[in-house]
Amino acid sequence: MFKDVAFGQYYPANSAVHKLDSRIKLILTLVYIIGIFFVKSYFGFMLTAALLIIIIIAAKLPMASVLRSVRGILLLVVLTSIINLFMIKDGDVLVQWKIFVITKNGVHTTIKMVLRLVLLISGASLLALTTTPVELADGLESLMRPLSLIKVPVRDIAMIMSIALRFIPTLFDETNKIVSAQKARGASLDTGNIFARIKALIPVLIPLFVSSFRRADELAFAMDARCYNATDKRTKMKKPKIKFSDVLAAFVVLSFFTVILLERYYFPSVGINIDAMIFGGLL
Amino acid sequence: MQAVEIKNLSFVYSKGTPNEKLALDNINLSIEEGSFVALIGATGSGKSTLIQHLNGLIKPQDKKQSSVIVGGKNAADKKTLKTLRFEVGMVFQYPEYQLFADTVEKDVAFGPKNMKLPADEVSRRVKRALETVGLDYNEFAERSPFDLSGGEKRRVAIAGVIAMEPKILVLDEPVAGLDPAGRAELLALIKTLQKEVSPTVILVSHNMDDVAALADRVVALKDGRIVADGAPRDVFSHRGLIMDIGLDLPTAARIVDKLEKKGITLSKRIITMAELKDALLSIFKKRAKKRGNNMGYAQINAVTDGDKNADKNVEERDEASLVDEKAKGDESSPVSDEKAEGDGAKDENDSGSAGGGEDV
Ligand SMILES: Nc1ncnc2c1ncn2[C@@H]1O[C@H](COP(=O)(O)OP(=O)(O)OP(=O)(O)O)[C@@H](O)[C@H]1O
Ligand SMILES: [Mg+2]
Repeated sequence: MFKDVAFGQYYPANSAVHKLDSRIKLILTLVYIIGIFFVKSYFGFMLTAALLIIIIIAAKLPMASVLRSVRGILLLVVLTSIINLFMIKDGDVLVQWKIFVITKNGVHTTIKMVLRLVLLISGASLLALTTTPVELADGLESLMRPLSLIKVPVRDIAMIMSIALRFIPTLFDETNKIVSAQKARGASLDTGNIFARIKALIPVLIPLFVSSFRRADELAFAMDARCYNATDKRTKMKKPKIKFSDVLAAFVVLSFFTVILLERYYFPSVGINIDAMIFGGLL
Repeated sequence: MQAVEIKNLSFVYSKGTPNEKLALDNINLSIEEGSFVALIGATGSGKSTLIQHLNGLIKPQDKKQSSVIVGGKNAADKKTLKTLRFEVGMVFQYPEYQLFADTVEKDVAFGPKNMKLPADEVSRRVKRALETVGLDYNEFAERSPFDLSGGEKRRVAIAGVIAMEPKILVLDEPVAGLDPAGRAELLALIKTLQKEVSPTVILVSHNMDDVAALADRVVALKDGRIVADGAPRDVFSHRGLIMDIGLDLPTAARIVDKLEKKGITLSKRIITMAELKDALLSIFKKRAKKRGNNMGYAQINAVTDGDKNADKNVEERDEASLVDEKAKGDESSPVSDEKAEGDGAKDENDSGSAGGGEDV
């Protein structure tokens, strides 16, 4: 039985965002990430955050699930902000203590950098939260298709990818079972020094390898028996179709991208004015 | 003395995620030392989750409310965990997939070595375990476990568990995937193990014929709750409940139901083929007597063939207990009758074909 082991980050929910075409999602995530690097003003960051929140709500995800992925980079964020805060020395000095100087410029740069990182990771995690690994692999295959012109075996790579993904939960399950079985015979897997621990892994690793090879063998036979690679072109059972919601999603994200670019290169004053309006004297 | 005492045990998989699954729901269960308990239930009912609590592979989630005491030890207690694992021998489903050593001997010795027993004791136990599971020590000790047949591998894996000489033996569907002969042998082996090594046996099984033949108590799970608990005869006589749990009846009981539709009413407490045979013979005999037909009598004797005891069985047993529903028939109950159980095991193969015929 295929137990729905939660692996990766996928968060199952019945939402329009989950149902979007994975290729569209991949491209739009890329556009969003590039977009973030063009954001300059606080106004731009607010716009980005608003977009993100709209997507999270539309995807019926709990905020906590997105924040969880941000937690993973917390240390990175803290470290880089400290470095940023003290390294930037130009602009008005706010605080000075011995060699440590904090400038107004430094504070702004740091805040913006933190915002950028958090928004970036949240956006990228939205893709993983709303798309199953198998859909992702399919999407990647589809997007890499042009590479087959230069003799890259895209199809096989995709097959390898999806088989690997398919077997991660199985392998996981299998490992758990073997660990349980050996523990039941008194194996201690989490005590002793490093050598003892490596030695203790043998009763787990050997059965795991044996069964993986057996499985690989069986799978290869099964694929062969069903004529895998007998023809050059394999057709797909599920032909992805672009739906209205895909177009709508593309429109929203591309509009966001356009606004960010316009704000940065053509109307920088808009951002500056709005920032000043909101934060007033703080800036 | 209670071998196992479980109180208020609940267990949730993937707690706090959308895949959250309540696998055990407030289980209370005591198992008497020396009993043979069959744990039954549809797939996903929580059987494996429950048994993994018995040797601390899974710890109770709610430490305040629930407790799992096995052989007087708290399964949540880290200090006694190792000893507990040696006292509870656990044979998982498809145990042959846990074989790892390069020789059968080393694999079987893994448990006893972890117990830090002296070398001569380890080798004594390995020998004994291999002989108990019916593998010749001299022939198999030096062979690689990976070169054995499926049934032999399974025996080696089971030997690896019983070499620890556990007081409680827990088996999760031990006969899955074996051929009929292999199944019968393994089941007989389990019965032997109970006599010689592990007095308390807990068997997870989907095969109700095996349960009827072996267990003296049946515990049925549904959606993580205990929905039936009692002697196999009592549990299986509640036809509605068994259907509700999503389980089958023993073949003999199914035949009883089919016969009832044809107008032959037998006791709903019949669960083995031997009992069914006796009950049917007793009906035939009665009818023959009524008609004063000696021919019929001769035919019955012909049916029983060489089995002279069958005739005696019929005489001995209170006819009413098997033919009549309302009979209490505890003393006259065939369970206590060693002979009947033996017949049940022998009739295993018959029962398969009889059931198949009936199903058409
Ligand atoms: N590692 C796990 N992660 C999440 N859910 C699990 C896990 N193991 C079991 N479950 C779920 O818990 C429930 C009980 O599982 P369990 O394995 O105890 O059932 P079972 O009665 O042993 O079934 P079977 O007869 O198929 O072996 C099932 O619904 C199962 O999907
Ligand atoms: Mg199970």
